Amino acid sequence: MPKLIVEARGIHKHFGALHVLKGVDLVLAERELVFVIGPSGSGKSTLLRCLNRLEEPSSGSVIVDGVDMLDPRTDLNHARQRIGMVFQSFNLYPHMSALGNVTLALRKVAGKSRDEADRLGRAALERVGLADRAGHTPGQLSGGQQQRVAIARAIALEPRVMLFDEPTSALDPELVGSVLGVMRDLRESGMAMIVVSHEMGFARNAADRVVFMAEGAIVEEGPPAAIFGTPVQERTRAFIGQIQRH
Amino acid sequence: MSNWDRFVETFFNAKIMAKYLPDIAYGMLVTVELAALVIVTGIALGLALALLRSLGFRPVNWLIIFVVDLFRALPPLVIIVFIYFALPAVDVAPSGFVSTWLSLMLVLTAFSEEIFWAGITSIPRGQWEAARSTGLSYGQTLVSVVLPQALRLTIPPLTNRTIAITKGTALGTVVAVSEILGMASSAVSNSYNPSPLTLGAGAYLILFFPMVVFGRWLETRMAWKH
Repeated sequence: MPKLIVEARGIHKHFGALHVLKGVDLVLAERELVFVIGPSGSGKSTLLRCLNRLEEPSSGSVIVDGVDMLDPRTDLNHARQRIGMVFQSFNLYPHMSALGNVTLALRKVAGKSRDEADRLGRAALERVGLADRAGHTPGQLSGGQQQRVAIARAIALEPRVMLFDEPTSALDPELVGSVLGVMRDLRESGMAMIVVSHEMGFARNAADRVVFMAEGAIVEEGPPAAIFGTPVQERTRAFIGQIQRH
Repeated sequence: MSNWDRFVETFFNAKIMAKYLPDIAYGMLVTVELAALVIVTGIALGLALALLRSLGFRPVNWLIIFVVDLFRALPPLVIIVFIYFALPAVDVAPSGFVSTWLSLMLVLTAFSEEIFWAGITSIPRGQWEAARSTGLSYGQTLVSVVLPQALRLTIPPLTNRTIAITKGTALGTVVAVSEILGMASSAVSNSYNPSPLTLGAGAYLILFFPMVVFGRWLETRMAWKH
């Protein structure tokens, strides 16, 4: 059995009286790509954010690359370098160039010299096809380019797993392809990935497993062909039916 | 003598102006010293309080908010008079200069803390999250990501507020600080002619006009394209 990179068990999350995650288990093996789908408010993003503790799980356990993320003795800042995250709204630093965005953590967290960080940063920008945009600020880049810089910022730290939180939802349709292209390349390089997204075409082609969530719990999971073609649960059927009509 | 001549004689009397020019120049020096002290200490303390507040210790924050609101509510003149006349009762006797400095510093601290705080809280949560997700610590995120953006936003209101409060150095005249207005007033009493006041107004313009222009320049320079 391949090594598990992410092992989340029994995750609960409460926001006040709201019970957002109701005991979710999610595992991810090396080189695996898991797609998480579900209606808005089903807890997909919260689950993702519990994995690197941007959100504090109320209970449960999260192990990433052998590190217990919920152990108070864990150096969270060190552990987070191993978990790349890409956000719906890019969240690039507007006061820095593309290269500056990519190299900040390389210098401040990974302790690289400026020269070394620049070299690694340029290599990461090269991987997302933006080597020629290194000096541009986010405001000078299209949405698709910004998201690719955000991906470069994450992969420059050589993470063991990448978390994508609706990476293409804020993009104009004609820009989605370039971001999915970069994600496909990453996938082919063997990166373990968890993707929260509604890009069903991409899910069908690239995902090893699709997880369907509703109301804070996993309803059904399986290979894309099964989830999209012959879903077992009524709730899944209804959701798949709805998104395929659009 | 025409009205015009009388006006010039009263407010632009060259002889009297020449006589009191050294006094006004000395007053300018005192005003500059006082203003520089107020600006540097007030803004530094304001920023320090805003950073302390961002750590989110509730009792500390309540205290900060109380103190800030107190000094935003009190007229600066009241604080000056209080420090100058009340503190000697507990055996601390600050000079008029120190009383004015401390008072205006406290007021600028209060206002600049609010401005810095507004700047820090206006930076979207996603900026914090992106930085923290790459392993940056709270402090590193604050220094490298949040503050550079927040400070740009604070420059216009901070400049306005700083100019407004620094002009309050003129209040020092009630506690015998020999700054521009103080020097001008005594020159008026001694010469029975208000021309030194005109000179004083000129001195204030020379000092504060460049500050206004500098603020405007900073504002455009700090802008970046989103």
